[in-house]
Amino acid sequence: MAEAATQQQPAAPSHSSSPEAETVLSREEQKQQPLYTGRVQVYPKSISGRVRRVKWLLLGLCLGVYYLAPWIRWDRGPGAPDQAILIDMPDRRAYFFWIEIWPQEVYYLTGILILGALALFLATSIGGRVWCGFTCPQTVWTDLYMWVERLIEGDRGARIRLDKAPPSGGKVAKKSLKHLAWLLIAFVTGGAWIMYYKDAPTLVSEFFVGESSLTVYFFTGLFTLTTYLLAGFAREQVCTYMCPWPRFQAALLDEDSLVVTYRGWRGEPRGPHRKGQTWEGRGDCIDCKLCVAVCPTGIDIRDGLQLECIGCGLCVDACDTVMDRVGRPRGLIAFDTDRNRIACSAGGEPQQPKLFRLRTILYLVLIGAIGLFMLGLLTFRSDLEVNVLHDRNPLFVTLSDGSIRNGYTIKILNKDRAERLFTLGVEGLEGASVAVIGAEEGSGEGTGEAPRLGAKPDTVASYRAFVLLPSGTLSGKLKAFSFVLTDEASGATARHDSVFRGP
Amino acid sequence: MPTKVEKDSITGQETTGHEWDGIKELNSPLPKWWLYVLYATIVFSVIYYVLYPSIPGITGYTKGLIGGSAREALVEKLAKAKERQSATLTQIAALEPAGIAESPELLNFSLAGGRSAFADNCAPCHGLGGAGRPGGFPSLADDAWIWGGTLEDIETSIRYGIRNDNDDSRISDMPAFGADELLEPAQIADLAEYLLAFTDRAEDQDAVARGEEPYLENCAACHGEQGEGLPELGAPRLNDQIWLYGGEREDIIAQIDKPKQGVMPGWEARLDETTIKMLTVYVHTLGGGQ
Repeated sequence: MAEAATQQQPAAPSHSSSPEAETVLSREEQKQQPLYTGRVQVYPKSISGRVRRVKWLLLGLCLGVYYLAPWIRWDRGPGAPDQAILIDMPDRRAYFFWIEIWPQEVYYLTGILILGALALFLATSIGGRVWCGFTCPQTVWTDLYMWVERLIEGDRGARIRLDKAPPSGGKVAKKSLKHLAWLLIAFVTGGAWIMYYKDAPTLVSEFFVGESSLTVYFFTGLFTLTTYLLAGFAREQVCTYMCPWPRFQAALLDEDSLVVTYRGWRGEPRGPHRKGQTWEGRGDCIDCKLCVAVCPTGIDIRDGLQLECIGCGLCVDACDTVMDRVGRPRGLIAFDTDRNRIACSAGGEPQQPKLFRLRTILYLVLIGAIGLFMLGLLTFRSDLEVNVLHDRNPLFVTLSDGSIRNGYTIKILNKDRAERLFTLGVEGLEGASVAVIGAEEGSGEGTGEAPRLGAKPDTVASYRAFVLLPSGTLSGKLKAFSFVLTDEASGATARHDSVFRGP
Repeated sequence: MPTKVEKDSITGQETTGHEWDGIKELNSPLPKWWLYVLYATIVFSVIYYVLYPSIPGITGYTKGLIGGSAREALVEKLAKAKERQSATLTQIAALEPAGIAESPELLNFSLAGGRSAFADNCAPCHGLGGAGRPGGFPSLADDAWIWGGTLEDIETSIRYGIRNDNDDSRISDMPAFGADELLEPAQIADLAEYLLAFTDRAEDQDAVARGEEPYLENCAACHGEQGEGLPELGAPRLNDQIWLYGGEREDIIAQIDKPKQGVMPGWEARLDETTIKMLTVYVHTLGGGQ
């Protein structure tokens, strides 16, 4: 693959003002047209600048949250895990600080996914692929891996030379060190993933003495391997070939979205420039190709917005550096709108980008509405639910005195961390009496009191209930009514509609 | 297949040669790693062929170095499950049904085991959940028990059955009062009226009065003077709302004339001891256990 990067057209005319000595070609320029194409190795050059600083900041933030969040503790009282963020698979519970979610409430996850999707749409319609360029895990980890690579093997030029150099002790040492460092990062990443599913301190203490379960080792290994492969080797191919997001981003962009733009109207005609030469009658682009050299996906942004561009803006930093050096204004490559590109190409004036337009307002309204709805659901989430299943066989039973009896399965979801006692009653069924198998002593049948049902902390209690209607009370085949469950201590109620059937 | 390779003028890439509404598709080459994934799956399949049963022949199939059979795995799993249950099953076998019902664990286990055994063996006649079926298959979920509804009664009924060849089978035989000419048709009509009176449905009070004598002479010995029934003899109650063969006047006359009498096999020979006990406990909880 190293040859691919260097086998190329006649060397560009020499130009002393260009910071790049070697010829730089975009991946597109290097491509042949065979049936299958090998990957053209990309050697991104390091660059500093405003965008890079933002990227470092976000990288630190994202990785910090990812690695450290499982270690945050949250006291939930005895018998409950004290990890703030935990998806407890064996016990079928998910914890997020003060929120505890049961599997039945997985719609919260749906809500989060919808909000996430809308936020992504909003960010894309405002700033293009900012998600891809700044916060996507693939980008963040690839960035981290490239940084490690640069520390060990040096910058672009040194890496190209190292790859071209014949095998030697130094080369093997550098390469081994790099892969070792990558594997270590991959392992920490894979291990941290598992911590979201298992108590972190326990996991760490068990992991290294071989006491964790096979599942833990398997998934740690799996995520170690995928991190290593995706961030170390697959890199931009994930974005170009695997990820669906670039494929439909075009539908989310409009002419007012800020995307990485080469301002061709200012830059063309491009060409090398010597110090002291006039800028009259030529563009600002000195064709140094630094923007191509720094691109993590190896494209030439001057060809316009393209599928491979992840919108990271490193070419913006690169070009600004060069413009400063040659004494031209910054912003030859910048986050700009398509509307401005079209206007300026035609000789018009650029305008301020319109942040608030129908598209973004619509996304904002949707995010607000769904967010409020979810917040409402969460705020009024009851720690008590009751589910009722009417018997299918038999639908009803006629007793010897002619009265009709229906059987039900009552499931009480006690989401509280305390044992609770409930009374079960019916509403909307005149003359009915309720008997429950397993009701507390001194209640229910024959005592003249409503049946009292206990439910252990944080569990589902299941009971069989019989509802009896005296002979001749039921008119028709069917009557709708409700079961009402009342917490004896707090008075909280939960109800569930059901039906009573007769002949 | 297009014979001439056409190049797109803008990208310089080849096109596939197909055209849809003026749009042509670029023939972009696939990435190499995609090809390597195909090779990897081929290598995987070769390894699989060698290690596991794979190629079918006419009389058999290649067994592979590791072998393996889903059928055998199932048998093994079932055996393991049985082994896990064996301790509980022994406990159940040693106890009377009443003892089983006292222990919550054994009760739960028996209800689960009883439910599956009931679905396999009993539900065809008695219906799922013991709902019963028209035509003489009694409901097991109500509070009327022809042969008694205590745990012991239920166990006996399951074990030996009703009116079958088993020596211990429950036996009772109601005479065919009409068909064998033990009673006149008019007397039978009076009797039916008398029975309807037990549930306040009589229309002809004279007939009720005429029916009393034949009832006390012929029926009361088994069905009781007030029609309260006698579970020991399998004589059903006549003064309740539950009629196995129908409670209308014609149904009652037909039953006196030439009674239908249900038969149930004895399960002693077909089911093992623990299953019978689990079934007993299960049937008892269907809603009518006494």
